[in-house]
Amino acid sequence: MIRPDAPVLLEIRDLEARVEDKAILKGVNLTVRAGEIHAVMGRNGSGKSTLSKVLAGHPAYTVTAGSVTYRGDNLLELDPEQRARIGVFLGFQYPVEIPGVSNLEFLRVATNARRAEQGHEELDTFAFEDLVRERLQVVQMDPAFLERSVNEGFSGGEKKRNEILQMALLDPLVAILDETDSGLDIDALRIVAGGVNQLANADNATLLITHYQRLLDAITPDYVHVMAAGRILRTGGKELALELEQRGYDWVDQELAALEAAQTRTPAEVA
Amino acid sequence: MGASLAAPAGRASAWLTPWLAQLPPPAGELAAVQQRGRRALAEQPLPSAREEAWRFTDLSLLAQLPLQPASSAAPLPTLPPAEPDVLRLHLDGCGDPLAGLDLPDGLQPLSAAELAQGLGHTLAATGCEHHWSVELNHATAGRVLALRVASRARVRLELVSTQPAALLPLRVLLVLEEKAQLELSQVLLAQQAGLTSLVLEAHLARSARLEHGLVALGHPDAALLGQIALEQEPESAVALTSVSAGWGLARLEPRLLQVDGQAQSTLRGLQLVDDHQIADTHSHVQFGGPEGQLDQLHKAVAAGQGRSVFNGAVRVPRAAQRTNAAQLSRNLLLSDRARIDTKPELEIVADDVKCAHGATVSSLQTDELFYLQSRGIDADQAAGLLKRAFCEEVLRQLPTPARSSCPLERLLLEAR
Repeated sequence: MIRPDAPVLLEIRDLEARVEDKAILKGVNLTVRAGEIHAVMGRNGSGKSTLSKVLAGHPAYTVTAGSVTYRGDNLLELDPEQRARIGVFLGFQYPVEIPGVSNLEFLRVATNARRAEQGHEELDTFAFEDLVRERLQVVQMDPAFLERSVNEGFSGGEKKRNEILQMALLDPLVAILDETDSGLDIDALRIVAGGVNQLANADNATLLITHYQRLLDAITPDYVHVMAAGRILRTGGKELALELEQRGYDWVDQELAALEAAQTRTPAEVA
Repeated sequence: MGASLAAPAGRASAWLTPWLAQLPPPAGELAAVQQRGRRALAEQPLPSAREEAWRFTDLSLLAQLPLQPASSAAPLPTLPPAEPDVLRLHLDGCGDPLAGLDLPDGLQPLSAAELAQGLGHTLAATGCEHHWSVELNHATAGRVLALRVASRARVRLELVSTQPAALLPLRVLLVLEEKAQLELSQVLLAQQAGLTSLVLEAHLARSARLEHGLVALGHPDAALLGQIALEQEPESAVALTSVSAGWGLARLEPRLLQVDGQAQSTLRGLQLVDDHQIADTHSHVQFGGPEGQLDQLHKAVAAGQGRSVFNGAVRVPRAAQRTNAAQLSRNLLLSDRARIDTKPELEIVADDVKCAHGATVSSLQTDELFYLQSRGIDADQAAGLLKRAFCEEVLRQLPTPARSSCPLERLLLEAR
């Protein structure tokens, strides 16, 4: 839902980032207000996943220019755990398996870390079990998954549901979901999308990173952004996603080539 | 401090002769054994780094420890109450652990004649009767806890020992008759400088089962020398799980013989080192006949400037056809100044066998850490969770009494 007067949650300005020696983000600009759902689309290698990891604070990525503010504060100076505690959530494209760490304990420790930040009291084992059982319904997950190790031996769909369960427990203000639809069959996609829709409200915002229109059939975005070569090339409404689906990404390449040609010409003209 | 233990002082065994000379004269039920042990120590040099089996573990540091045999018991730690069907014995090297106790059905002390016959039998069978650390135990141990588990009986036993600022020699002999079952939880604690010496041997008759969980939590100025010798008749099963942490030096040598094969052996080991600590496990498994099975997992966590050593010998002679043995050593290296030495040592003569072995050394995985951090868990806590998960695979194999005497948090605290 777009409300021009809604508070800005996330403001990304001219963001550039690299991994090792390779520049990936080359000037990303994006403003996200409360209540909005944004979709970021683009080919493999366009920088979508890098953007999500940079926002979550992955140590392998270095920000080289630009800024990101979250509710007015500099997000980039915070450790990953601090970002999570103040309400930034990353749903992983490939959730990590952690043998030996119980899913239930992991969820409880994470939930309590967020609650402490929110000024809520810590939940003991029993209170947490009540909460988690209620939230399991958001993604129609079997309580048996709580007894297993984190993501260990989970199918692709189960891992993604576990991500949305974490989102339901952590109650983020900005949720970045990195290709949450990849590897899902139709039923799992419907359940995961249903979970995201249930959790979206007027106070939070969602950033969906995806290749495909099919996720956007289930979750209606307010904005669609097309990324290419490390920046957002075009922004539109949900119809932009439909256009992409029909025309493919070739026109993006053409537009990018034109843009790059214009940029290399500019200094000569100035001279 | 831990650092002092790692620094060798002077000639390796100069202390040994005067130390032997001032020991109290041999006495009690083990007087003859003491005499033999002392003679052996006088003749046998202290193992040195020139011997392959002691390449990484320097015993010269023993010279710095208080090695007077314990003359009075150290105060006991606070432990959770024993489970109702578990017999808890305090093994302090001084008093009679069975004094004033009613033993449960199926558990009896060995008679003097049985003791004379059985003591040292399994040590000899597994080839370690003359090992230096065995002779040291023999030279000083004044008592032996010698017990028989009767045929078809099922017994749960817990042995608790606390090391005083001295040498604590612990000697145990267990005889499991046919189809006997023994769950043995053993806790060794040291909170001050000293040496704990454990020699435990057990003989399992046909179809007997032994589940032995050993938890050894030490002190940076304390050393542990442990020899566990197990002899298995066919159809018997052994599950030995050992966990050690916090010792300046810990050397464990589980030695296992499947007399005629056809038995099952499960070995689980976990050792944690930090600061300048050394933990060294030398295991030895010998198959004396066909169709024996071994499942071995050894894990180590090395932090600080700690050093972990694992040597896993498996002997499969021609008689041991259709042996199925698997050995895995997994190591977590938490600092670039810590060190891991791990080596499988398989000697296979039989041609129709399955013997697998493997070793891994890694640090904490960045992706796992980031995943936990991205959920609001701080870096230290995330590292702790991952470390605990690594240890948990072995810890959960401990029998309940051993496990409850060794809460995870305590163990990981010892390891810091």
